[in-house]
Amino acid sequence: MKLKSLLVGLGLLAGASIAQAEDPLKVGFVYVGPVGDLGWSYEHDLGRKGLEAHFGDKVETTFVENVEEGADSERVITQLAKAGNDLIFTTSFGFMNPTIKVAKRFPKVTFEHATGYKRSKNVGTYVLRTYEGRYVSGVTAGMMTKTNKIGYIASFPIPEVIRDINTIYMAAKTVNPDVEMKIVWVNTWYDPGKETDAANALMDQGVDILVQHTDSPAPLIAAEKRGMRAFGQASDMSQFAPEAHIFSVRDNWAPYYISIADAVMKGTWKPQDYWGGFKEEILTIESINPNLPADVKAKISETYAAVKSGEIKPFTGPITDNKGNLVVKAGYTLNDVELAQVNWYVEGIEGEIPR
Amino acid sequence: MILIQARTEPSNTMKFVSPLLAVTLTLIFGGILFTAIGKSPVQALQVLLIAPLSDAYNIGEMFVKMGPLLLCAVGLSLCYRANMWNIGAEGQLLAGALGGSAAALYFIESESIFALPLTLIAGMLSGMICAAIPTYLKLRFNSNLILTTIMFNYIALYLLIWSVHGPLRDPQGYGFPESALFADNTLLPTLFEDSRIHLGVLFALIASVIGWFILTKTHLGFQVRVFGADESAAKYAGFKGNKLGWLVMLFAGALAGLAGVSETTGPIGQLVPNVSPGYGYSAIIVAYLGRLHPIGAIIAAVFMAVLYMGGDLAQIEMGIPVAVVSMFQGVLLFFLLACDFFINNRLTFTNQATN
Repeated sequence: MKLKSLLVGLGLLAGASIAQAEDPLKVGFVYVGPVGDLGWSYEHDLGRKGLEAHFGDKVETTFVENVEEGADSERVITQLAKAGNDLIFTTSFGFMNPTIKVAKRFPKVTFEHATGYKRSKNVGTYVLRTYEGRYVSGVTAGMMTKTNKIGYIASFPIPEVIRDINTIYMAAKTVNPDVEMKIVWVNTWYDPGKETDAANALMDQGVDILVQHTDSPAPLIAAEKRGMRAFGQASDMSQFAPEAHIFSVRDNWAPYYISIADAVMKGTWKPQDYWGGFKEEILTIESINPNLPADVKAKISETYAAVKSGEIKPFTGPITDNKGNLVVKAGYTLNDVELAQVNWYVEGIEGEIPR
Repeated sequence: MILIQARTEPSNTMKFVSPLLAVTLTLIFGGILFTAIGKSPVQALQVLLIAPLSDAYNIGEMFVKMGPLLLCAVGLSLCYRANMWNIGAEGQLLAGALGGSAAALYFIESESIFALPLTLIAGMLSGMICAAIPTYLKLRFNSNLILTTIMFNYIALYLLIWSVHGPLRDPQGYGFPESALFADNTLLPTLFEDSRIHLGVLFALIASVIGWFILTKTHLGFQVRVFGADESAAKYAGFKGNKLGWLVMLFAGALAGLAGVSETTGPIGQLVPNVSPGYGYSAIIVAYLGRLHPIGAIIAAVFMAVLYMGGDLAQIEMGIPVAVVSMFQGVLLFFLLACDFFINNRLTFTNQATN
């Protein structure tokens, strides 16, 4: 039972060190990829740097990159908590259950988990309104396509991705009634090889505008090679495809990380299901290509402003799914809880969601 | 002129000196590496190699990490002793995780006390099946075992990924690729409160003792050793190579399968796409570091587990990038295996060039 008493002592120590930490707030980050992935983890790390730039000496940040989503993540999160971090951001869906487990053992530490759906007394979640960016992309794609075929490189059949596919299609339809969607599921968030293959397969089917729900610049590069067009995802990807790049929808985490750290410092933090988009500037549109036609550029800023102000809410009824059921009543707008459960394609998208 | 000569007898001095030489060379290299990136080499080495064993929680986590490595390495040691070049521990582990998880999900509402044993047996059987097919191909058609076992690593991986996206996916999980959390009666009990050390760790230690007993105390083990030392002599003595091949491969498959099911029913508690961060591949290194001896494998597995954990701690405590840590670990393993070369070989220095 020596081990047990040691463990108890350790717990006390960890508790004591948290209580002592008045000035700087220690903030830990767990990334699923390397900070150099130029996509998802890269943007979270820029968010971390933004947090440091804003608070200066008042925060001290630590990150662990390339953390496996298996048994290892629970240990890494625990070690961050043990190292005296007061606030820990876990930035991948696969960290959900480990975060909940660790949070139970460290009730004084605040946890924030990106993209998950489980919360507890000291675990909040945060997610992007990616569909707002998709709406602008969809309208642009609808105007730009000559073949009337938009290709979508889809990652996993989760509500976020299905929501975004629907948004692209509904938005494109508002400017181009003949538009069609082609979807390829790659079952990965990051695999440049597979993403390239998917991009080429779509272009072989006559697609001339690519939308991606994966994190590498590979589809843009593929589009550039064949003279097609594509959007950047998660970060500003304009440098990878000077001709093909239309604009990038960037995840801008810094404002959120700053507001959460501020709330924890002031003691006002509460677990919430946070959704951020254009209005909060958590999602931004970057590097609109100067080579776009003037009317498209004008439409982009017009649509962006309308989505940002809330004038356009993509999931406002009437919306019928592709099996003929009325899924959103006329005049009704889906709330966040309902948005998190979207599991249907809108009318006009062919095919079934993989199950 | 420097010549490499094979020693007639393995050098007993070098057996002792080799690891010390490797450690010394690594310390020198580490000193240069960490100084070059502006970190204190003493502190870095302390965090990398000693901190993982510094407190009860970390020691517990080290055992959790050691378990799957050791289970796979014990099986591999026996295979390699018998000249069966099984590179397939990773696939056998994943097959075990998959088969075991299918059983655990089948028992999700069962109260039976047999649920856990049956789940573990399902995992072991799945690992054995994954080992049996390449073994059959090798012993019946003389196919290359290295290639077929590598191929089965991919087959098992994609089977697992397909299952977790399809039939084994949590129906209440919003479409995210992971299974439901297993019920308590199919979870491996932990051995200490507040620690993740689970029954699987004990299985690993028992397996290495069994492996040692078979290898050194039984006629079967004697046959394996003779077979490895001189195949034609073994055949001349009337030992049945096929039977030995089957036995070691099935033994290795069962242990790797047990490692897989112990991960999902132990620290993870559900089936996820990332069950293993490459345990089956690392176990090859563990087997060789342990000099293909089941007890040596314990030391080697502890060592590897410490290295992995040190990598995470180095990021948390000192902000050393993961790439630098991986480079250090790679060099350390290289020195260890390279120095072993001098157990069976020596350098001689002559003045004349020879043909």
